[in-house]
Amino acid sequence: MSDTLTPSAGPAAATAAATDRGHWYVGGAMTLAGLYGLWAFGLGSRTDDGAQATFSWNLVGGQGLQVPDLTVPAAPTAIVLSLVCVAVGLLRIALRLTGRRRVAATTVHLVAFVAAFLVWATAGHSLNFTSVLNATVLAATPLILGALCGVLCERSGVINVAIEGQFLVGAFAAAFFASITDSLWVGLVAGCLGGGLLGAMLAVFANRYLVQQVVLGVVINLFAAGLTGFLYERLMQTNPEYNKTMTFGAIDIPLLSDLPVIGPVLFGQNIVFYLMIVLIAVVQIGLFHTRWGLRTRAVGEHPTAADTVGIRVVGMRYCNVILGGLIAGLGGVWLTIGLNITFNKNMAAGQGFIALAALIFGRWSPLGAVSAALLFGFAGGVSVSLQPLETPVPTAFLSMTPYLATIFAVAGLVGAVRAPAADGIPYTKR
Amino acid sequence: MSEQAAPVKDTATGEPPRPGRFRRLAAQIAAGPPWVVTVLSILLAMLVGAVLIIASDQEATAAFGYFFARPGDSISASWDAVSTAYQALLRGAIFNPDSASTVTDALRPISETLTEATPLIFGGLAVGLAFRAGLFNIGGQGQLIMGAIATTWVGFTLDAPAVIALPAAILAGLGGGALYGGLVGWLKARTGAHEVIVTIMLNYVAFLLLGYLIGSEAFRDPDNPQPVSKPVNEAARLPHLFGDSLRVNAGLLLALAAVVFAWWLLNRSTLGFQLRTVGANPNAARTAGMSVGYGQTMAMLISGGLMGLVGVSQVLGTANANNALTQQIDAGLGFTAITVALLGRASPVGTVAAALLFGALQAGGREMQAAAGVSIEIVTVIQALIVLFVAAPALVRGIFRLRGEGEGSTGLLAKGWNG
Amino acid sequence: MSLQLRGITKRFGSLVANDGIDLEVRPGEIHCLLGENGAGKSTLMNILYGLYQPDEGQILLDGRELTINGPRDAIAAGIGMVHQHFMLVPVFTVAENVMLGDERTRRLGWLDRRRARRDVAAISARYGLQVDPDALVADLPVGVQQRVEIIKALIRDARVLILDEPTAVLTPQETQELFAVMRSLREAGRSIVFITHKLKEVKAIADRITVIRRGAVVGTATPDASEVELAGLMVGRRVRLTVDKEPAAVSPDTPPAFSVENLTVLDESGQAAVDGVSFDIRPGEILGIAGVQGNGQTELAEAILGLRPVAEGRIVLDGRDLTGDSPRQRLRAGIGYVPEDRNHDALVADSSVAENLVLDLYDRPPFGRRGSMDVRAIRANARQRVEEFDIRTASIDTPVGALSGGNQQKVVVAREMSRPLRLLVAAQPTRGVDVGAMEFIHKRIVAERDLGRPVLIISTELDEIFGLADRIAVMYRGKIMAIVPPDTSREHIGLLMAGAHPEEPGGAKGPERPEGGSGPATSAESLKPTGPGGPDETAEAAGIAGTGATGAQDTENAKGGDDE
Repeated sequence: MSDTLTPSAGPAAATAAATDRGHWYVGGAMTLAGLYGLWAFGLGSRTDDGAQATFSWNLVGGQGLQVPDLTVPAAPTAIVLSLVCVAVGLLRIALRLTGRRRVAATTVHLVAFVAAFLVWATAGHSLNFTSVLNATVLAATPLILGALCGVLCERSGVINVAIEGQFLVGAFAAAFFASITDSLWVGLVAGCLGGGLLGAMLAVFANRYLVQQVVLGVVINLFAAGLTGFLYERLMQTNPEYNKTMTFGAIDIPLLSDLPVIGPVLFGQNIVFYLMIVLIAVVQIGLFHTRWGLRTRAVGEHPTAADTVGIRVVGMRYCNVILGGLIAGLGGVWLTIGLNITFNKNMAAGQGFIALAALIFGRWSPLGAVSAALLFGFAGGVSVSLQPLETPVPTAFLSMTPYLATIFAVAGLVGAVRAPAADGIPYTKR
Repeated sequence: MSEQAAPVKDTATGEPPRPGRFRRLAAQIAAGPPWVVTVLSILLAMLVGAVLIIASDQEATAAFGYFFARPGDSISASWDAVSTAYQALLRGAIFNPDSASTVTDALRPISETLTEATPLIFGGLAVGLAFRAGLFNIGGQGQLIMGAIATTWVGFTLDAPAVIALPAAILAGLGGGALYGGLVGWLKARTGAHEVIVTIMLNYVAFLLLGYLIGSEAFRDPDNPQPVSKPVNEAARLPHLFGDSLRVNAGLLLALAAVVFAWWLLNRSTLGFQLRTVGANPNAARTAGMSVGYGQTMAMLISGGLMGLVGVSQVLGTANANNALTQQIDAGLGFTAITVALLGRASPVGTVAAALLFGALQAGGREMQAAAGVSIEIVTVIQALIVLFVAAPALVRGIFRLRGEGEGSTGLLAKGWNG
Repeated sequence: MSLQLRGITKRFGSLVANDGIDLEVRPGEIHCLLGENGAGKSTLMNILYGLYQPDEGQILLDGRELTINGPRDAIAAGIGMVHQHFMLVPVFTVAENVMLGDERTRRLGWLDRRRARRDVAAISARYGLQVDPDALVADLPVGVQQRVEIIKALIRDARVLILDEPTAVLTPQETQELFAVMRSLREAGRSIVFITHKLKEVKAIADRITVIRRGAVVGTATPDASEVELAGLMVGRRVRLTVDKEPAAVSPDTPPAFSVENLTVLDESGQAAVDGVSFDIRPGEILGIAGVQGNGQTELAEAILGLRPVAEGRIVLDGRDLTGDSPRQRLRAGIGYVPEDRNHDALVADSSVAENLVLDLYDRPPFGRRGSMDVRAIRANARQRVEEFDIRTASIDTPVGALSGGNQQKVVVAREMSRPLRLLVAAQPTRGVDVGAMEFIHKRIVAERDLGRPVLIISTELDEIFGLADRIAVMYRGKIMAIVPPDTSREHIGLLMAGAHPEEPGGAKGPERPEGGSGPATSAESLKPTGPGGPDETAEAAGIAGTGATGAQDTENAKGGDDE
């Protein structure tokens, strides 16, 4: 970081300065990214010799409308797309874009860069883009549910780093109870309740015993990992009857599921997926358009103010943290009976923490978190789909992007990220 | 639950009733000072563990099916399940009378406990040190992985006698962890980025990097079908302390040295004074002319270095058979370390005690799994519960009807993402 | 609606914040609660609003006793409060803030923003409170935020409105607008409790005045009492604190050792907290800065140590410009600094007395050498300081948080005076300290002066300023109103502190003029002393000043008023 532009004094000033210099940093980075794309994707050896990149749009065995494959000459396409990135980067340096325009510019840059990358990666091969999108959505679903849980908890002022644990307990309970009752619906309810139970634990220790909430979340994660691991080894490993492979059938929404590309991806999924879509709407609308949402946000931003108008601060927090737990539990349900996978030890594999990253990257707003989760899910989906193409880029680096992006976000390099003002601070009466 | 209170208190005070001392001790316990809370927390957690063992035991649950017909069956089945498991735990952790024919055999459980405790000491010190500076280092996983990567790389590339190779590998691990941790402190001092968020993210970055490296040409062992790194040279391995059949190794000595260092740093060095002041009252630190940002960066640097040593002990020690990097090299130690530090109340000496306890649980847990068929995962549950109870003394005092005063002891003021 | 408080007592530990307070608010009046900061006004009102529970006393509403367990009860009883620190959610709009807790909803809890907006607009129009219901509160100037708070209370149909120091954050124009609103509320039959320490405002708006000092009611008055009389009542007519000291032995033409030139310091919101302040201190002289809390003194002190960036101006010590230096450099340059809030800024409560005694010396010989600390030197130093400064502690290893306030402060003072100083800055050096410790600390400060060092004392306690200072600067709203000699009358300084320029600017030099004596003849009727004592023997000079109940004097003594 250079100090030549503004002398900075302390973290606050540094953050302010960073946002002030933001258009330089971000614009510069975007331009560099474009130039890199030009060099690596456009002029690299993979796209040499007039290699063609083919994108197909129909899922294997898919019904409904079919779309013809798209074949493009790799090198020229990648070059054009990279130049678009460079242009957008320069635009951001030259003009101080604000608001929607800035978002639009960033989106164009991101899409062009990713497209250039995909063209390069696909050069000489064929990539089924719809299956990439499908993988994205499948990977994003638990992230979205986890992030929505985080939104509820943290908007009301309780830090929740125990989403991972809630996933695990939800996943275990769903698999176990669905297996022993042979009812997916029982499994679904049990999974939600499992997450909710951990939510209640978080709420009690945070609000009543005032345990530092990050510490608490870490310990609850350990507890959940140990508990599910123990029960898995004691019950499921010896008796597969307790851990069956079962899942909800896909429900095709009439007409919509016949649409090309988005049809199968968005309208041909199972009930858990549709529940998630409903929950996105409920949380987004609830938070910003209902009495409950207004009070929740007030309690997370300025609990004393809420208290002076007669709102029960701690009560609101209990309620939201437990509700959040139920939603994260649904995320756990998705991981087992939602995806037709049996329970396994530590199967959440850090997805709870990516959900937390999505929450932060999405700036504690439901729609922001959903966008972030989709972005992270896309990184996951692409890295899976690219493996057969044998690209020289290790997928590990692709998978790192969510984490690195979040670090950049909290370091204030991509604009200020602000948590709810009272997030993590227990409320006690004088 | 209060029925448990009486017997528990009796065992704690179960010495011949010399009136004066007995009464004084009883009064002291009833007042619920921290050590009593800690002891009760451990008992409570073991109790929950017992409930879990019973609930997951086929015979016991079967007997509970006809509880009202023959309650004795379910009680004795439960007792069997729990006592078998916990006896195995003790045998694995401290002393096994069934296999103590030679001195080596008799010492094996203790050796196992010490071996398990070694990385926990490093880790507990790391987290505790950051705690004292007001920082929560939840990035132990990442730092220990980076330390492990660095130590492994030096360990298999540097072809030198042990006097050079071993210290070089250790220093590399220390440095790898320190830089990775220091980055967090620097980012916090510089931009205010919350260390918890940054460390969580860096954990996964390190994890993915590790996965990439052990599959890469530079690291991968061509002779191994699994993605595992080349093993470190013989010379760079931590030697066994008491012969090859006991796993306890020189890492333990290193850990004890680290304890002494941490104690000196916190209690006798100017830097430690600064760290403690920054942690306890940053405003007073600033008023006294200290730089809070420098203190935070240094704290994370040292904490990361100690975490790097966890990686060193994982790779160069005896914990993994082939002294190489694997994807599971972290063994969750970065998180277990947090529980060690919390239980040890962030003091070096307390950390040793906590690490020994958790090391014993770990070593005993393996025996419990082998001999009693109780999954070792229960050890994690017990550890988490101990820490949870210790962090909420009001809950423990409430359960045991102790008086007591004072609030949580997690060693950190409640602060949010913005603070 | 008439509201009566009877014998309200509230204790915080050993501190009696309210001591048997009686107060009556009649329907349709503006009742002014006058008192210095820390007199207990806000505590009283927080009890009325249900945020605190009184230890003793009753609250009567239209003659019926009322228990108020929380804000909910207060709101239901028709009591509204505008807090000194606004209770507004910054990221909400005006309408959202106003309806919070009393939401306008349609079915399923769906917020009816249109109705909320309409209701806000209706109240705005009725009482002349102009505000845009859709504006984000964080974007509004404080004056408008305050209007939002008032609307919040009115929309809940508050018939008694408590305004806690409402003008503290307002510009004069905004204050006038607020007064217009208050009058229109009075016309509508609502009662207002107006808490302030500003005399001019009291005279401008109040119907009746109750004066509180040190937690007890010391008198009631009507607004035709003169400012001088009110100031006397509020500040108290105490015998001056005597500090055993000779007049400063410096001649006026000694060059100053420390100067602050045209200093401007911004607060967190970017406002000038210190606004173009200049002063000099000569070696061997104590400059006292008097003023009501929150007029920029804190920021001034912090800027001198370098804890707060300087927006404009210079700070010069012994000819060296310190403006750009870090706190560490300034400490090394010889500044001794006693911050106003020792627990917040000067001590580490959990660390031992010995460690706290070297908090800013820990890395210098003999305590720290090459990164290692010499525990023996630290302990020796601690034993010596404990002895020298008479610090009462069980041992030098006791956590400093376990000491009494006075001994904690002695630890700070001992530390700051244990190295060669070139300037001593002490803010509120005896706040919350017992009489013995206070005398001791004062003695040490004077001794420091007599060693020929410049000393800056910042205090809201006029007694302390009078006792110590060789010259007195009065700060008001970030500016220095005047620098006056120490024999200036208390009333004169009281007026300066309240932002009023007395008739004779520059201060009354020479013999003290009995200003009160020339006050209006109405004083006898307009001021009715309360409490058992009747007219007090200390009511000399001005001949006014109803005094407190005996309890008030006890607190005064306990807190170190040192009355004789």
